[in-house]
Amino acid sequence: MNRDAAKDLLTRMADDVLILAHRHSEWTGLGPLLEEDIAFSSVAQDKLGHAQALYAIMHEHLGAPEPDAMAFGRSEPEMRCCHFVELPNGEYDFSLIRHMLFDASEYVRWSALRESSFEPLAKLAHKIHGELKYHLYHAQTWVIQLGANGSEESKARLQSALNEAWPYALGLFEARNGDADLINEGVFPGEDFLRGQWELLVHGILTKAGLTMPDEFAAILGGRDGYHSEHLNPLLVEMTEVYRIDPSAQW
Amino acid sequence: MATIVSLDPRVTRMKIEQEPASAPEPKAELDQFPTFEVFHQERTGAHHVHVGSVHAPNADLALLVAKEQYGRRGQTVNLWVVNTRDVVTMSAEDSDIFVTTPEKNYRDVGAYMVRNKVEAYKKQQGEKQA
Repeated sequence: MNRDAAKDLLTRMADDVLILAHRHSEWTGLGPLLEEDIAFSSVAQDKLGHAQALYAIMHEHLGAPEPDAMAFGRSEPEMRCCHFVELPNGEYDFSLIRHMLFDASEYVRWSALRESSFEPLAKLAHKIHGELKYHLYHAQTWVIQLGANGSEESKARLQSALNEAWPYALGLFEARNGDADLINEGVFPGEDFLRGQWELLVHGILTKAGLTMPDEFAAILGGRDGYHSEHLNPLLVEMTEVYRIDPSAQW
Repeated sequence: MATIVSLDPRVTRMKIEQEPASAPEPKAELDQFPTFEVFHQERTGAHHVHVGSVHAPNADLALLVAKEQYGRRGQTVNLWVVNTRDVVTMSAEDSDIFVTTPEKNYRDVGAYMVRNKVEAYKKQQGEKQA
């Protein structure tokens, strides 16, 4: 197996969920309903767990540093997340649309990874499948409720959030040089394949929600090479504050 | 001194008209979602057990939030949600209808003489084997 390419794949997957988990957690205590506040925070916790599990695989099998050092010890240019997960939460319409688009992508990606030739990754894919199914169920239930069964306002807001999010969401599928090796080795099916599956899944959800899938836009890329939006750095400063004071702190 | 208009002191206090000229104004809609009762199933085949309720605008969302409130911890294989308005119940004042007089032990399972027959049969089988 091309270890560098595998490391690149796992880093960008883990960084995406780590940063989005942090964004989701910013809703804790501010959610629109008590029950929904708890649900959204619970999704954030699951996401954090997925990031940790990926960093642990990289540490154990691919020679990466400890999970905490990977999560909190890297500078902005060393992060490999896409711009989509860096964007501020905005209002609940944007957070919900991002949650749905991201979790549709996670569901497609991890479903395929159950067949991965990289055994630790395939095992993890089986383990977290139920959680990902729930995350997608949660996201699509709300989007369909507010799109097809809500008011004119809720539908219009979702559509506008969707149009704004779309080019960023396409950035989830930024292909990398080492991917060809990983595809040949059966580690993962490649970003183009995943994007095709994702578009089918998202199209089905949007149709049920009465929303229109945006026309093709150029994807917003760069995060996989360490070029980030202006929103990432303030997030990292906040997220890594305790670790920078004392990297060995236990809490 | 207030004029007593009814034997029910609440009516007198609230100055409710005995014969109102017009029908009362409809009450404003509640500013909260309705509640749904949640039933939790721990294992396949086990009974669904009532565990509490959630606020939600409809049944789909009630099921969604119930998953997080009641299915997050511990073993769960399924949930039911039922609109609280659809639960038909007896009045608490009527709990005495379940009280029965104690002399009718012929209606209790414990009073049946089956046990004696079963024990006699077991004894008989034991003797055969011996």
